[in-house]
Formats: sequence, C-alpha cells, structure tokens
Amino acid sequence: MFKRSSPNRQRLAALALLGAPLLSYPLLALPEGQMNGIPDVFLYLFGVWGGLIGLAAWVAEHRGK
Amino acid sequence: MTYKILIADDEPNIVISLEFLMKKEGFQVAVANDGEDALDKVGSFAPDLLLLDVMMPKKSGFEVCEALRADPSLAGLRIIMLTAKGRQTEVAKGLAIGADAYITKPFSTKELVAKVRSMLESV
Amino acid sequence: MTSSWLVALLSTAYLGLLFAIARFGDARADAGKSIISANVYALSLAVYCTSWTFFGSVGRATSGGLSFLTIYIGPTLMILCVSVIVKMVRISKRQRITSIADFIASRYGKSQFLAGLVTVIAVIGVVPYIALQLKAISASLDVLFQQAVEASEPWWLDSTFAIAAVLAVFTILFGTRHLDATERHEGMVAAVAFDSVVKLAAFVAVGLFVTYGLFGGMSDIFQRAAATPELTRLLGLDHGRPETWTSLVLVSGLAILFLPRQFQIMVVENVDEGHLRRAVWLFPLYLLLINIFVLPLAIGGLLHFAGRPVNPDTFVLTLPLAQGAEGLAVFAFIGGLSAATGMVIVETIALSTMVCNDLVMPWLLRLQSFPLSERQDLSGILLGIRRGAIALILLLGYAYFRAAGEAYALVGIGLISFAAVAQFAPAMFGGMYWKAGTRAGAIGGLLGGFAVWLYTLLLPSFAKSGWIGSAFVEEGLFGWPWLKAQALFGLSGLDEISHCLFWSLFANIGLYVAVSLLSRPGVVEASQAERFVDILRYDHPAAEARLWRGRASVEGLVGLLERFLGPARARQQLAAYAASRKVSDWRRIAADAQFVHFAETQLAGAIGSASARVMVSSAVEEEPLGLEEVLDILDEASQVRAYSRELERKSGELEAATAELRSANERLLELDRLKDDFVSTVTHELRTPLTSILALSEMLHDDPEIELSDRMRFLGIIVAEGERLTRLINQILDLAKLESKQAEWTSGEVDIAEVVRESAGSLGRLFQDRRVALSTELPDGGPLVVLADRDRLMQVMINLLSNAVKFVPPGDGRVRVAMTKEAEDVRVEVADNGPGLGAGEAEVVFEKFRQGGDTLTGKPQGTGLGLPISRRIVEHFGGRLWVESRPGQGATFIFTVPLPRQKT
Repeated sequence: MFKRSSPNRQRLAALALLGAPLLSYPLLALPEGQMNGIPDVFLYLFGVWGGLIGLAAWVAEHRGK
Repeated sequence: MTYKILIADDEPNIVISLEFLMKKEGFQVAVANDGEDALDKVGSFAPDLLLLDVMMPKKSGFEVCEALRADPSLAGLRIIMLTAKGRQTEVAKGLAIGADAYITKPFSTKELVAKVRSMLESV
Repeated sequence: MTSSWLVALLSTAYLGLLFAIARFGDARADAGKSIISANVYALSLAVYCTSWTFFGSVGRATSGGLSFLTIYIGPTLMILCVSVIVKMVRISKRQRITSIADFIASRYGKSQFLAGLVTVIAVIGVVPYIALQLKAISASLDVLFQQAVEASEPWWLDSTFAIAAVLAVFTILFGTRHLDATERHEGMVAAVAFDSVVKLAAFVAVGLFVTYGLFGGMSDIFQRAAATPELTRLLGLDHGRPETWTSLVLVSGLAILFLPRQFQIMVVENVDEGHLRRAVWLFPLYLLLINIFVLPLAIGGLLHFAGRPVNPDTFVLTLPLAQGAEGLAVFAFIGGLSAATGMVIVETIALSTMVCNDLVMPWLLRLQSFPLSERQDLSGILLGIRRGAIALILLLGYAYFRAAGEAYALVGIGLISFAAVAQFAPAMFGGMYWKAGTRAGAIGGLLGGFAVWLYTLLLPSFAKSGWIGSAFVEEGLFGWPWLKAQALFGLSGLDEISHCLFWSLFANIGLYVAVSLLSRPGVVEASQAERFVDILRYDHPAAEARLWRGRASVEGLVGLLERFLGPARARQQLAAYAASRKVSDWRRIAADAQFVHFAETQLAGAIGSASARVMVSSAVEEEPLGLEEVLDILDEASQVRAYSRELERKSGELEAATAELRSANERLLELDRLKDDFVSTVTHELRTPLTSILALSEMLHDDPEIELSDRMRFLGIIVAEGERLTRLINQILDLAKLESKQAEWTSGEVDIAEVVRESAGSLGRLFQDRRVALSTELPDGGPLVVLADRDRLMQVMINLLSNAVKFVPPGDGRVRVAMTKEAEDVRVEVADNGPGLGAGEAEVVFEKFRQGGDTLTGKPQGTGLGLPISRRIVEHFGGRLWVESRPGQGATFIFTVPLPRQKT
C-alpha cells in the first residue's frame, strides 16, 4: 500500500522530475550521429526511457517493502 | 548477690575477652556459641542479663531476642545487643523487638561494664 | 488465401473470447475472488494504446520521425507522479465518484451544470475518437480484402456497422450489469487487459517480421534510410520545433489522467491502491515495447513501397501482406481490432455513465411529469437510459465515421481529443490542491478553454475537411486578422496543437483562477473543497455527520434508495450499513446525519453526486448551515485530529521515557542496595577483629594485675586478630582492584604443574600440623605451559589448598590434587574429604563474605574473600572455577586454564 507521505511516492515523483528535462529540449538536441547505423537520438530516447522505467520498478517494487 | 550473665557470640576471641571481663567484675558467666545454644542456656542457666551478638549462626540475635521476649516468664531478663553492623536501622530494630540496650562493636570495656552494672542495679 | 469468411470467423471468435474472459472475470468478481491483480490493472491501463497507436504511430513516424514518442513519454512521466493518482483514487472511492464529470461536479459543490458541461466537452471531444477506431477497423478490413478478393462493392461499410453493433452489445452486457457505476466492471477490465496483450504481441510480431525478416535488422533499416535523401530527416528530431515536442509531452501526460476511458480504468476501476506500484513501471514498459518497432516499420514501409501510393497508416498490414505472410497479416488485423475494441468499450462505458447521470438524469428530474413522488422502481429506467446512451454514442461514432470518411477531421482527431480533455486539467488539479477554486471559476475556465479549443482546433479541422468555410482560419473571424483561428492575436509559427494548447490553457487557467478569486464559494462547495484537498488527512465520520442538520425519515430515504438502486440491492446496502452501525435490523436505523450521508453517497454511486444531492434534499427537510459554520466544523475536525495525533505521540513518548527512567531507577536502587550491603558487611568484618583487639588491650592496659599466662594468651589473640585484620584489608583491596580491572598482571608462560607442586610444598607445614594427608597426581611428561600470571595462579592454588585443609577433619583429613591435560585447557582439581557443601551452597561460597561450613566447631578461619578472588583470577585467564560436592562426601574445587593456541 502506498501510505500517506510515503517516501516511495516522493522518490517516484523525483524520477518524473529527472525524466522531464532528460526527455525534452534542449538536452534532446545533443545526441547526434549514430552507432552501428542506429541513430544516437533513437538510442538516447529509448535508453533514458528504459532507464527511468527500470529505476521506477526498482523503487516501486523493492523499496516499498 | 551474684548476677548471672550469659554471653552469646560466635567469635571465640570476643567471647574470651567478654568472659574474662565479666568474671573479673564478679559475675557468674556462661557462654553460648550460636542462637539455639543461647536459647537453651537461657533456660538452663537462667541469667539475669544476656549479652547477645546479632550475627550468629543458626539463629540471629534478633530471632533470639524475639523468642525470649515472647515468653512472659522471662520479663525480668535484661538483654544487651551487640553488633558490628553499626547501621541506625539495626539499632532501631533491636530496640523495637525488645532489647534493653544496644552496643556497637568495638566497644569500650569500661562503658560496657558500666552499662551492665547500671542495668542490673536498676531493677 | 485470406477469405472474408475466415476473417469474419476469426473476428467473431476473438470477440467471443473477449466475451468469455469478461464473463469469467465477472463470475469471479461475483464470487468474491477478483481476478484483477496488479498486472491486470497495469495492462488494462494500456487501453491508452488504441488503433491510433497500432496503425497511426507508424503513419506519424513516416512524416515526423521520432516525434510520435511524445505521446508515450508524457504518460510515462505523469504516471510517475503517483501521489496525484492516489489522491484521485482516494477521493473517488470516498465520494463514490463515477466519472470525470462527476469528479469535477462533486468537487465544485455537486453542480449539475458543471457535470453537464464536462460531459458535453467529453462527448464532443471523444466521439470522433471513437469514430476513428471504427475507421481503423474498416480500413484494415479494406486492406485485407482489396488484395484478397478484389471486392468491388463497399461491403465493409456494413461490416463496420456490424462491428459497431457487436461492440454496443458487448458494452451493454458488461458495462451495465449493475446500476451502481462505482461497482467495478471487473470482467470488462480483464477483457481489456487481454486486448492489451494481444495488440502488443501482434505489433511486436509484425515489427520483428519486418525488421529481421524483410530487412537485416535495425541497423540495416537505419543505414538504408540514411542512404536515401528524403528519409534521412526521419532519423533525427526536428530541432526547429522544441515547443511542439514539449506541448505534445504535456498534452499526452494530461490525457493519461483525463481521457474519460483512462479515468474510468485508472480511478473508477481501481481495486487496490497498491496496484499502482506495479502500474507505475509496467505500463510505461508496455508503452516502450509497443514503440520500439514503430520507426523501423515506418522506414521499412517507405523503403519497401517507395513510389507506390500505399497509406503509411496501413503499413502494419500491408508489409506482411506484400511478403505473402497472410497469417501474420490476419494476426495484425486482430491486434488492430483488439486495440480498437478495448478503447471503444471502455470509452463508451465512461461516456454513457456521464451522459446518463449528468445530462439525462438532471433533465428527467426537472420534468414535471417525472414520477418523482411515486413509489416506483426507477433502477430499470436508469439502466435503460445507460444502455440507450451506449447505443447512441456508438451510433454517433459510426455516423461521424461515415460522414467524415478520409477527411482530415478524422485523421487528426487523436491529438484534437487530447487537447479537449486537457481542458479538464485546471479544474481537476485546482480542485485537488487549491481550496479556493470555486464553481464559478471552474465553469469559467472550462467554458473559456473549450471555446478556444473549438475555435482554434476543432473548427479549423472541419474547415480543412471542407465542411465549413475556412475564412476564419485564413483571414480571421469578421476579417479581423488577430482572430485568425490558428494564429490568434498574431501568435504564429507554432504548430496547431501547441497553439491551441497555449491559448486554451491560458484562457482556461486565467479564467479559473481569476473568477475563483472573485467569487465566493457556496456551503457545499466549501465543504467539498476541504474534503477533496485534505483527503489524505481527512476522514472523520463525526464531522461528516455534523455537516448536515435537518430532519429526515428513514422511510423517505429508504424509498429513494429502493427506487434508484432497485429493492434487492438497496436492502443489501442497508443491511451492510446497519451492521456497520451495530444495529440488527436496518428498519431500526436512526435517521441521523450519518444515515443521510450514507444514503446520498449510495445514490451518488448510481446517479452521480449532483443528482444525488438534488434527490436527497427533496426527500428530507434540511436546515442550511452557514459557510462559516461548515468551515469551522471541517477545520476543527482536521485540527482535532492533528492535535490528538500529536497528543498520542507525545504521551507515547512520555510513557516510554517514564518506563526507561523507572527501570534505570530500579537498577540504581539495586546497585545502591548491593553497595550498601557490601559496605555494611565489610564494616562488620573489620569491626569483629577490632573488637577483640580493643577489648583485650584495654583490659591489659587497665589491669596490670592480670596473670602472666592470661596476659600471654591475650597478646597472642591480639596479634592473630591483627593479622586477620591486615589480611582482610589486603584482600578487600585486592578484590576492589580485580573488580575495577585495575589489578596489575604480569603475563607469561607458566608451567602450571610446577605452580601446583610449589604451592603444595609451601603449605606442607600446615598440612603436617593438622595431620592432613596431601596427595598430588600430576601428568607425566614435560611441563604444562599456560599463559598466566604466576603469582596469581599460585594465589589461587594456595587459596584452594588452605580452604581444603580448613574444612577436613583434623587427624584423618585427606586432600588430593589432580591435574589433567584436556583438548583445550588444563584442569586442576582440589578434592577434600570434608563435610562437603549442600546444593544451595555450591554457588554461594563464591560470593563475597559468604563462607561455607557453619558448624558447631566454630567459625572457620578466613575472610570469605578467597574464593571470590580466586574465581576472578581464573576468569581473567579465560578459565572457570567451580565446585562439585555433595554433603558428607567432601568437596572438589575445579578450575581450568586454557592452553595457548597451537601455532601449526
């Protein structure tokens, strides 16, 4: 159960605050070029996104117990 | 008249000194080495005064004193308690259960003799 | 070959499977064994991914590259703000909220007008979106059969209608089983979750097929795109439009909360707040997975169909078909179908609830001819209205689909819908976090925002479709250039979504805040504001009860409940309420404020909070409470709670502190008592020899006549007692040092056998004097070396030996010393044939001043400190000292000293 003022909820909200700038401009303009033919921006977007999901899963499933 | 004094103490050297002191004063003396012995000797020896040590094997001085004071036929018996424990509570306890006087060890022989005499003669 | 009947059969079979799952889910829910787990909940949230995702994302990617990802990044970021969602869920459960319209209306004083307004906005914004789903199904059928049977007649038009009809039946069956809209539709949720799995599997299958079957993997596709000039721009982001990216993230983040279907699934259908813990990452993960292959598919399609007029929105189907993979194409079709059905079902249920409760009911209640006062079961009518609303909404969707066809107004509707529901954001967030927001403010904001949305986004899309003149877009309304629909007040250079979002939210928030600040809330508004904003702090039934004053009759309210819930369900709820109040029969419930509150909440679950308020106030006599009074009660309630919590905490702390102090005090008293005893004992032990010394020397001093023999005897006693006193003082000091750990130790290698021999030797004289036999049994072989202090070890041995000799009967006493080497230590025994010790004495002898052997033979010589000191010494070396004995059988003192660790 999420309880009131649960630190978990704050950790998750912090992840959102971290994700927002990482997944928008101006940072999005930085990755250029490509790796193995795959555009860097493609890797960046999915990488950061996946990373956020991983962290969220870790926070939500493990720290909450 | 010769007064009879019973000395009840488990320290042999103290008994020796008390016995010598009382005999020198002209009293008739008997010795008991523990609490039960003391009670027996009170019956057989019929002392006028009992010098009673508190810390004794088998029965403590308090127990002996209580037992003696419970017997109305012994109302005339004077009891002086002796103890090496100088605590006020023990003095109070001894007097409360019927001792006539309380003297802490070590004691002055002169004072002891004076006390014994005054108690025997005040009857 | 794919034949129409096979597809029809598969589609029917798929819908049949959904039916079965929903039935199963409902059956389990009825049996009290919910199948809604955290995973099912998280998957059902993916109803967000409609056919617009399934087919449309690829289409968007062919023109905008990776910008389609914004639609999924926004929800990811929003769902991480779990506390917002938890708050919505809590409020909705407490207030029995049935829809987003109900939520907003309930917050702003249970306003029927507001509920209706939100419903209208939602219907206008979302019905075209439903049409888009129908179009997607029809378009995919089109693709499937254009290439299969060369059908000339537009037969699919009817099949789309058939599908719409089937969906209507499905929705009616599973969406209106109970009247109580807060009653969860668990079967439907399970079916939607299953839909989510199917559409993900289908999309990923196509993605893998194209990326790794048709092409040589992602790198291959991207490298080929890089080599094609017109495709290179798809590989990067359009850095020229950062505001588009941001506004799309924002609008989709809001959509995940405020789209009626998302509110339905996320809030109304939530079974357990704890499920959010899974959803918070599983749902974003779902979004990520379903998007990985979008760009490869888009580029793959463009490369593959280069030059051919193939609609990119159909690449998911056409690419497999072009390769002859018809099975996969059919699977993709089923995936698209599942994406569309899931959306349509949930959206229709949500909208029908809103239409029924917030448009039709208020209208009915106002009709003079409506049989309000008659005792009649209205629950059937209500269900009928809701079912009619479902059919109507789907019909509207179908009609819009037929009318719009390929028009822009349909293609672009996804984001237009999103922008419409974004208008709910100020009233929702303000309602949950800002107590000063008022009904007037919410109405102003919503009307303003909705008008701007209509003017800058929906109407221009109609104009683009050619349905209405486009003058207001190109030249501005009435020819005023600053009223150009997509460059309002000269704001140009933005894309239409960002433009609309900016101006509509500007107007919305501005009006909401300004009007709220200028208006005064009514009583119900103010109390609802407190309840919503402080939901996490506020649960106080007593205050709830005090917030209502008046006279009610149980019959009147029960009558209302029976009419709107149906008699059976009403009785069931009443019985549950009676049980919670500990009343055996609900007919004897008191018609107090709490019961009125209960009745109103129950009604709210059926007909929405606004209509419920109207109905309840018509059935009871209410005394209006002043605004100040209401606020006072609520304030007091939360303050009292805060105070009492604080008090509880403080008194808990005090209690703990008191208990601690008490136990500390007890420990101190115990220590004090022990110290006191010790001092008293020491005093006694010191005074006893002093008494003899003093008495005897006084007599010698006072009486010179004492005979010589007595004189010598007395002096002997004085000397002996003096020695005793000295020994005692030494041992007390020794023990004090040992106890305070200040003793000095010299540690070295000691041959313990030698120590034993030596100590036996040094006491040999004493043994002889007392005629006690001493025997020693030492092990053969070399020295037994231990690490110890030699002198201390000797002290222990001498102590034990002199103890033994003291207690054995003189004359035929026997003392035996034995030493054995064991695995880890050396064991030394000193056994005597003395009187032995009773069971109780075995430990007592190791206490200070507690000597054993009280006998008639007199007090044993000793200080009563030897054994305690010995034990401390042995323990210092890491060994043990104890005694084994039985009365009459002698005593054996045993100690051990550990051998040094072997260094091998």
